[in-house]
Amino acid sequence: MSPSSSSAQRTPLYAQHLAAKAKMVDFAGWEMPVHYGSQLEEHHQVRNDAGMFDVSHMVVLDITGSDVTDFLRYLLANDVARIQTPGKALYSCLLNEHGGVIDDLIIYFMQRGMADNGYRMVVNAATRDKDLAWIRQQAEGRNVEIRERDDLAMIAVQGPNARNKTHVALGASIDAARELKPFFAADCSDSKDDLFVARTGYTGEDGYEIILPAEQAGAIWEALLAAGVKPIGLGARDTLRLEAGMNLYGQDMNEDISPLEAGLSWTVAFTPEDRDFIGRAALTQQKTEGPANKFVGLILEDRGILRAHQKIVTEHGEGEITSGGFSPTLGKSIALARIPTAATGHCRVEIRGKQLAAHIVKYPFARNGKSLFD
Amino acid sequence: MSNVPTELKYTKSHEWVRTETDGSITVGITDHAQELLGDMVFIELPETEANYTAGDECAVVESVKAASDVYSPITGEVIAVNEELADSPETVNEDAFDTGWMFKMQPEDAGEIDELMDAETYAELIAEEEH
Repeated sequence: MSPSSSSAQRTPLYAQHLAAKAKMVDFAGWEMPVHYGSQLEEHHQVRNDAGMFDVSHMVVLDITGSDVTDFLRYLLANDVARIQTPGKALYSCLLNEHGGVIDDLIIYFMQRGMADNGYRMVVNAATRDKDLAWIRQQAEGRNVEIRERDDLAMIAVQGPNARNKTHVALGASIDAARELKPFFAADCSDSKDDLFVARTGYTGEDGYEIILPAEQAGAIWEALLAAGVKPIGLGARDTLRLEAGMNLYGQDMNEDISPLEAGLSWTVAFTPEDRDFIGRAALTQQKTEGPANKFVGLILEDRGILRAHQKIVTEHGEGEITSGGFSPTLGKSIALARIPTAATGHCRVEIRGKQLAAHIVKYPFARNGKSLFD
Repeated sequence: MSNVPTELKYTKSHEWVRTETDGSITVGITDHAQELLGDMVFIELPETEANYTAGDECAVVESVKAASDVYSPITGEVIAVNEELADSPETVNEDAFDTGWMFKMQPEDAGEIDELMDAETYAELIAEEEH
């Protein structure tokens, strides 16, 4: 609820947010829209139709150089050798030596638009400085060039009708993106402009993430608006990703939590076994010992709202909610939580001194417009 | 700019208070407060017959964003709560000063009500907050 500070940075879409009557808040040093009137309506708009998010605060890094693939195979817990098809995307954690998560990111293998054998990486705004310092430190002595693309803006268009409406809005300029498979990107650049369209997102819905020159962001935003895509704030972005069971850095994992305890084992490539990557030794040890905790979904049965940091009581010990809130799609409160590995079935959650009943479930809670629970 | 009805009294913590003809008071949160909090999804009301001292936490409003305490504006006993809010918490967003009321109290000392802020003072307070 803190008013946005005057020193906060503004994205190229600031004027568009004000025109759409956004409530602006400070987010990681950026003045960002939290909602444009009703977070609940925005949430449903994305699940049922199409919405767009200004995510220009996120950090785009283009990484090139003759050592780039070897370097990234060492830097990241997931293996970029898996994405040697042009445009293919990969979700990965950036780990420290202890296997703790420095950040999570998406990386795309690029062919056109950049030097051969290059990658585009998108990392979180809140972790920008520490990510860059870490990546640069690891890159020392290697033939790797890291370019911060602050000249670019980023718009995520999400929802069952997002792709169709984007095709209407942007026409032939994104022809190269029309046939993209999920988790692939296309470089739609012409000779003078960068235009990158990825079939990725953070909502559990189909859609695109569009990376484009900052000076064109306003015009593209207006074209999407005209095609019936509604602006969506960071508030609904959080409830959408929570329903989709997608981790939020800083909440569901941090430098003291390994991906194995954050439900992200699937993003750690232990094979091939001869690939050395930062954090591998620590994770291998954890895996051998068996992690004490697991990452699960919770649905509250009693009335109330699950929130981050609430204590969970199970027959096998205590756990903690890492992200929680009201799920507009389920009409109930849901959460992501870390609990003892042996716990299943029912549990209690401590809310303001009372113990409320919840049950442990496998997330996601909602995807592709629908609740996955009755 | 938020709506601030002149016939009500206000607290610094953004509750409104209406004195009824029988001397009881009706309490809710202001339009400004609901606007800051965003869409309401759950409201935990006090128990009837519970006694509170002015400034005590007596209810909780949970919006999509966060949980916030609601404080008892005066010392007294809760005599009724708005049961409708259990199924329709959004009423607080839609009509904070009327159908979005939260609870009624019987004040111990009616003089306490006079010490609350009037509309003009409250409007100045929220104008300051908005800058």
